Amino acid sequence: MNKPMTNHNPFKTLLARAGIALIASLGLSGGAFAAAGAGLQQANVTLTDVASMQRGARLFFNYCSGCHSLEYVRYSRMAEDLKMDPKAVEQNLIFTGAKIGDHALNNMSVEDGTRWFGKAPPDLSLEARAKGVDWIYSYLKSFYLDPTRPLGWNNTVFPNASMPNVLWELQGLQVAVTRPGSGGQDPHVERLEIRTPGRMDEQAFDGAVRDITAFLMYTAEPAALKRESMGVWVLLYLAFFTLLAYLLKHEFWKDVK
Amino acid sequence: MANDVVVDKGRRRFLTATTAVVGGAGAVLAAIPFVKSWEPSEQAKAAGAPVLADISKIEPGQKVTFAWRGLPVFIVNRTEAQLAALPGEDARLKDPKSENTDQQPDYAQNEYRSIKPEWLVLIGICTHLGCVPDFFGDIKPEPFDPNWKGGFYCPCHKSRFDIAGRVFDGVPAPSNLAVPAYHFVDDTHILIGVNPGEKA
Amino acid sequence: MAGVFASVGNWFNERAPGLLPFYRKHMTEYYAPKNFNFWYYFGVLAFVVLINQILTGIFLTMFYKPSAAEAFSSVEYIMRDVEWGWLIRYMHSTGASLFFVVVYLHMFRGLLYGSYKKPRELVWLIGMLIFLALMAEAFMGYVLPWGNMSFWGAKVIISLFGAVPLIGDTLVTWIMGDYLPADATLNRFFALHVVALPLVLLLLVVLHVFALHEVGSNNPDGVEIKKGPKGNRWSDKAPADGIPFHPYYTVHDLVAIGFFLLLAAFIIFFAPTFGGWFLEHDNFIPANNLATPEHIKPVWYFTPYYAMLRMIPAKLPGVIVMFLGIAVLFLMPWLDRTKVKSIRYRGLGYKIALGLFAVSFVMLGAVGAGVTAETIPVWFGAEADVTSIENLFGRFWTVVYFGFFLFLWIYTHFGFEKTRPVPERVTTHE
Repeated sequence: MNKPMTNHNPFKTLLARAGIALIASLGLSGGAFAAAGAGLQQANVTLTDVASMQRGARLFFNYCSGCHSLEYVRYSRMAEDLKMDPKAVEQNLIFTGAKIGDHALNNMSVEDGTRWFGKAPPDLSLEARAKGVDWIYSYLKSFYLDPTRPLGWNNTVFPNASMPNVLWELQGLQVAVTRPGSGGQDPHVERLEIRTPGRMDEQAFDGAVRDITAFLMYTAEPAALKRESMGVWVLLYLAFFTLLAYLLKHEFWKDVK
Repeated sequence: MANDVVVDKGRRRFLTATTAVVGGAGAVLAAIPFVKSWEPSEQAKAAGAPVLADISKIEPGQKVTFAWRGLPVFIVNRTEAQLAALPGEDARLKDPKSENTDQQPDYAQNEYRSIKPEWLVLIGICTHLGCVPDFFGDIKPEPFDPNWKGGFYCPCHKSRFDIAGRVFDGVPAPSNLAVPAYHFVDDTHILIGVNPGEKA
Repeated sequence: MAGVFASVGNWFNERAPGLLPFYRKHMTEYYAPKNFNFWYYFGVLAFVVLINQILTGIFLTMFYKPSAAEAFSSVEYIMRDVEWGWLIRYMHSTGASLFFVVVYLHMFRGLLYGSYKKPRELVWLIGMLIFLALMAEAFMGYVLPWGNMSFWGAKVIISLFGAVPLIGDTLVTWIMGDYLPADATLNRFFALHVVALPLVLLLLVVLHVFALHEVGSNNPDGVEIKKGPKGNRWSDKAPADGIPFHPYYTVHDLVAIGFFLLLAAFIIFFAPTFGGWFLEHDNFIPANNLATPEHIKPVWYFTPYYAMLRMIPAKLPGVIVMFLGIAVLFLMPWLDRTKVKSIRYRGLGYKIALGLFAVSFVMLGAVGAGVTAETIPVWFGAEADVTSIENLFGRFWTVVYFGFFLFLWIYTHFGFEKTRPVPERVTTHE
């Protein structure tokens, strides 16, 4: 009673095409970060480099935490996850008088932030999930002097950002090399170059920015530290279970003719 | 009923049992995260962090209550007279030697149930049904006990405890009041929640 | 041991004599066609996801705070402070997307093999109601994290009701309980998401299965096995081409469940946001009623319908077209007049039309998700007029989507379709 399957080619071809289109559209950046498209540089950060995240934490609390909170990050959990000594965290990284079990809030009120910067500095706990690590990495490298801005700084990744370059001591002073805009448009920024060197050379500064980025990637999802290693075991278990289920099915279906 | 296939019943039973066991084990493992999610969260743990109690202002005979993990912790500065009365109570108590080791750390399993004799540290929760006992520190006859030598009296079901938190015989509470982990940071500070020599 | 089981069984049997026959009717003596193929896995997979959503959802409600002030941070509390909270949350969020994956494939199976046709119209209609309830459930669940996409998604979707003539504005304010999506909105959506709609969904799912078991399952050949010869290995009265659902299809489905869980676990552990498709980047920013996300769009499973809305240059007609896109599916049993059920024996016209319909669905999804807006400059150059090209593209596929239903009715009503003979018995092939 086994009849050979007849030809369903036109339909199957269409179906296959639909599948390819679907996969292609997934691959495209339909789900991309909203701020993408500015020609971002690859951050190349990983959660396996604990030393980098530790350095990033130190840089963050020294240079960023004056304005930006990490309101979902608990110091104690951070110390544990990044293998830092809680006592050292308490002494060296907590500037707000908070306790080790507290969240990394800061002392700047929304009102003050709005008054000083035009817009209150946002919380950065989830910045890496909202904007992407490449964005953070590129943004921190793309500040340049711009006398037309209230604080004297502008940024090519986030034009007219209200934030000044807090890392200028490290990076040095960067200026924009511009090309006149066509037809009365604003001058177009061609590239950025360091006018006055800072305490770090370019490579060291890239490393420092990468450390901050890695740290913010950690703060955005602490669970990511253990998620993947655990996932391997879950997949192995499920593969074994599926194999057993397959054998069981095969055994029972010997009855079915 | 056509029955033309020879069924290997042993193999079928074996595979069914194996799949059921492996699947069941998986279900149990999958249940662990859900069960564990009920454990105190990081937030609760941070709120339940050790509490540093300043005892420099506690007068002899006085009791001060500190909150640790949301529980009342009594710290009593016991007088010589109160301490002297302790051995005389033994006959009236359920567990005079503090043999129930769940109710105190081993460094508090002594006749004073404390590290330093005068300083009593107790969790102020009646071991009967969880009420907070009242402190009656004075050595004088009380309505509930004419031979009262100082201690704690629970308003809910009238359980009585002596000035070392030991429970009297013939009251509903089954065991002595619990002593939390604590240690002296210095002469005037007690850290509640951390054993001596343990990291905070 | 066996004795204990037997006596416990007897105890129940004496007190609830209907239980065992009920179990037999739906499991061991429910005879399903023996030729189910790949497409027949998705019903049971949808059931697995439903169970997952209910279990993980119950646990999430233990930690989530349904208030505008606390919702966002309570989700982060789940992700960070609650032991294993991140896993429970990812299981729920991944489950939501996979629910639609399997439901769409399940519905497409119905179109492939004519499962909506007599005598299964009721099964199809109940299934469509499940789909509606599921969309409402998913939308309200999406609002709960109170991220910026949640907020603006709520705002836009609720505003659709503003297109209703006369009472539109009043209706919108009534739904929100405020003048913008706010605490009251979040709180009522929470109640509907965790209590009301799950009850509705469960009831409908039970009815869906009962309705199916009344008439029996269709199969890839579209042959009614109940009308065929009787007698098989298990019973003289059962259809010759049927096999007991339990144990044959239970073990069969177990394999599919295994594969499905592998896929789900891969996403949960290795790509929980699925590149921004399952958990969107902008939803990691707290709700902000003063700043709309630059690339606002619904989650992927709503994008085909959202695209239809966008392609119509007027509010009320756009909303009508969007709802029609769903409503027209209810009519399938009456639009399709051909007696032959399975695509295997249907005319070439149906095969092509259904293929185009599937493509239109995916393409509209791509338009709605903003994929086309990003691809057009790549294909047509940076100077291309993205909006016009996208509108042309989106309108074309909207026409194809609705054209499928119109074509189907004309094609089958006027007898243009040349079907091939349907075999007497189901066909199986290795």
